[in-house]
Amino acid sequence: MAINTPAELKSIFGEYPLDDAFDEMRSENGDVRDHYRALAQTLARLPESELQRHKQAADLSFLTQGITFTVYGRNEGTERIFPYDMLPRLITATEWERIERGLTQRITALNLFLRDIYSDAKILNDKIIPRELIYSCKHYRRQMRGLQVPRNVYIGVVGSDLLRLNNGEFVVLEDNLRVPSGVSYMLTNRKVMKRTFPQLFNSYGVRPIDHYPQLLLQTLRSLAPEGRPEPNIVLLTPGYFNSAYFEHTYLARQMGIDLVEGRDLVTHDNVVYMRTTHGLKRVDVIYRRVDDDFSDPLVFRSDSALGCAGLFNAYRAGNVTVTNAFGTGLADDKAVYAYVPRMIRYYLNEDPVLPNVETFLLGEEKERKHVLANLGKLVVKAVGESGGYGMLIGPHSTAEQRDEFALRIEANPRNYIAQPTLDFSRAPCLFGNQLEPRHVDLRPYVLYGDKINIVPGGLTRVALEKGSLVVNSSQGGGSKDTWVLE
Amino acid sequence: MLSRVADSLYWMSRYVERAENTARMLDVTMSMMIDTGGIAPDTRWLRLVHALGRPTELEWNGNADAMAHRLIFEAFNRSSITNCIDSARENARQVREEISSEQWQRLNRLYHQIHSLEAQQLFEVNISDVLTMVLDGIYLFDGVSDGTMIRRQGCQFMRLGRYLERAYATATILEVHQKELFDSYMDEAANELSISNQPELVGLLRSCTSFEAYCHVYTAEITPGRVLEFLLLNSEFPHSIHYCIDGIRSAIEAVQLTGGRQAPEQLTAGIGRLHAMLGYSTIEEILRGDTLNFLNSIRKQCLQIHELIYRNYVHYSIQSALAG
Repeated sequence: MAINTPAELKSIFGEYPLDDAFDEMRSENGDVRDHYRALAQTLARLPESELQRHKQAADLSFLTQGITFTVYGRNEGTERIFPYDMLPRLITATEWERIERGLTQRITALNLFLRDIYSDAKILNDKIIPRELIYSCKHYRRQMRGLQVPRNVYIGVVGSDLLRLNNGEFVVLEDNLRVPSGVSYMLTNRKVMKRTFPQLFNSYGVRPIDHYPQLLLQTLRSLAPEGRPEPNIVLLTPGYFNSAYFEHTYLARQMGIDLVEGRDLVTHDNVVYMRTTHGLKRVDVIYRRVDDDFSDPLVFRSDSALGCAGLFNAYRAGNVTVTNAFGTGLADDKAVYAYVPRMIRYYLNEDPVLPNVETFLLGEEKERKHVLANLGKLVVKAVGESGGYGMLIGPHSTAEQRDEFALRIEANPRNYIAQPTLDFSRAPCLFGNQLEPRHVDLRPYVLYGDKINIVPGGLTRVALEKGSLVVNSSQGGGSKDTWVLE
Repeated sequence: MLSRVADSLYWMSRYVERAENTARMLDVTMSMMIDTGGIAPDTRWLRLVHALGRPTELEWNGNADAMAHRLIFEAFNRSSITNCIDSARENARQVREEISSEQWQRLNRLYHQIHSLEAQQLFEVNISDVLTMVLDGIYLFDGVSDGTMIRRQGCQFMRLGRYLERAYATATILEVHQKELFDSYMDEAANELSISNQPELVGLLRSCTSFEAYCHVYTAEITPGRVLEFLLLNSEFPHSIHYCIDGIRSAIEAVQLTGGRQAPEQLTAGIGRLHAMLGYSTIEEILRGDTLNFLNSIRKQCLQIHELIYRNYVHYSIQSALAG
């Protein structure tokens, strides 16, 4: 039974308009949803200064801990703390069950797809996906053809972005199959929230996520090359100037493995070694946080100084596991994305649990015409980009921007897709001492080793600017803790 | 341990030590400038600059406070305290997974402190307070390092960095004072203490944070010979060169015991020679001989040890590693 918002709760809602978008906390008539009620009551009871005090204490602790990301292109103050919101986003057990089932299904199919494409390419022969779409993909790696990867797992670590639409249903916006990041924020946000709302946390029965590093280590271990029972596992980082460097150090420390840079690695006779004070030590598994392009100057970009020369040959020889595998970006290409529901049906003979967002492929003439006529209503994205770069958000664009994109699309239609502007869900965020709604997405992290593991929760990213639909941290987004309830 | 990590820990530790030395020497210099009489401020400043290894960008401009401000805050100046702290933190940032969170947080906090507006405001009020803030931050860092860092190779490389930096810095400051304090010492038939030199000797001891320790050993009767003996040859005081070389020797041994590469003959012999030189010399011998040359050779040997450590543990050839 929906209970009206008690008078004491009214005070916490500031300017809080409800519209067509799904609100995580309040139903259409403004009532607080059942599972958010305890949170709302706690907030109403807390003295104003209390939350601000927690917020300041947490900010300071993030800064001294150096939980920061790097803002490129400036000299002073290049390190910022990742903005975060003090209120958790709640997900019920039923909702989570569906997400978990849907992601497991989706990742299984995507992995089968990668294996298929890099071996027999049956799905192309059966004309489920057009051949030219795959072979024109910028992340397709010819070098991976016919290469056997351990356990046939190409994507050990995945972060898929989900949105919730007006009808309350979760849909997949994109899959990140290359080097998904953000998991350290999920873990550190949780630490802060536990300290801020200990009683609430306890009474809600929030499912734990703190074992993520152990699960990740277990996953990496399960992917070790044959005959290496005590594998030496390392995390390969581009270096301290990378925006996700904090995360790399954090994960390495939490897993107790070495954090290496390309310059620490050497290959000899197709075996990868790292330089240590003991001499050279063999490396068995590399959790790679360097893009394909920069991983091996002999095979990929020759001007890269971040990778290790000879790495790919050692990988091909089966002497070292690199995860995620090379060439996995093929499957998160935004045009290939449109075919994922068909992949699920093709490989698993199941209906997708989590639907896709409607996507127009601009390589198809009919769809292109429709898109060009409706640029003002649609979102156009470059297929190979991530992080919110190379995007046109129709309703928020100027006529010049639209003209410019129209030209770009005509010049290279394969490089773009279009989607309807989504009115995705909003969650309450704390501004001053009042709540205001902001758009949120959800990035759960999927680990794929001997089996698929998803820690209950993920990173909820928030578009902190009022009315904004962009949640990427590089574009003014923040995050909040995600509580999956028992 | 990864070679690059060992190298970063080594340099992190050196830079922390350097920041500490600079802060202390500057503090002593500034307080001695206030005293009436004695040496002119520009000479004092020049002496400080020489003790810091003669950086080029710190020419005296007549205003001691402005000079101090540059030496503390000028981030681009390689020898400024801020630059040392930045470099230490930059190295720490590259080995975050290797040091404890407590260590990182102390260092990171010191970094934010020295870059803060409060530090500038504090400077306006009292320069010494800023230096105390820096020193306190460093002592905290040293304290948590001692209390929280696992005693494996990383710890040894930090010790190597600290002791080499300290031995080198102490040898340098002794060289700077050599001429006026020690050179004429033997000629003046040893006993005639020049009273005017007393404050200088005390300043020298305080620059090496050794005044109180000296008094424990020799009482407050301060003679140039004893000061030199204390800072060079004492085996019990952490800032004496003999003690530092002892620390280097045991750190290298510990690295080997924990499975590090075999130290080459050259390295162990080099450390052993310097150790013996300090262990078996008497101060009379040193003073009677070429003191300046003696101090100079300590510095040269420190540089050589640094070079050999780098070549053996960090930048070795793959060929040699595969053979071994």
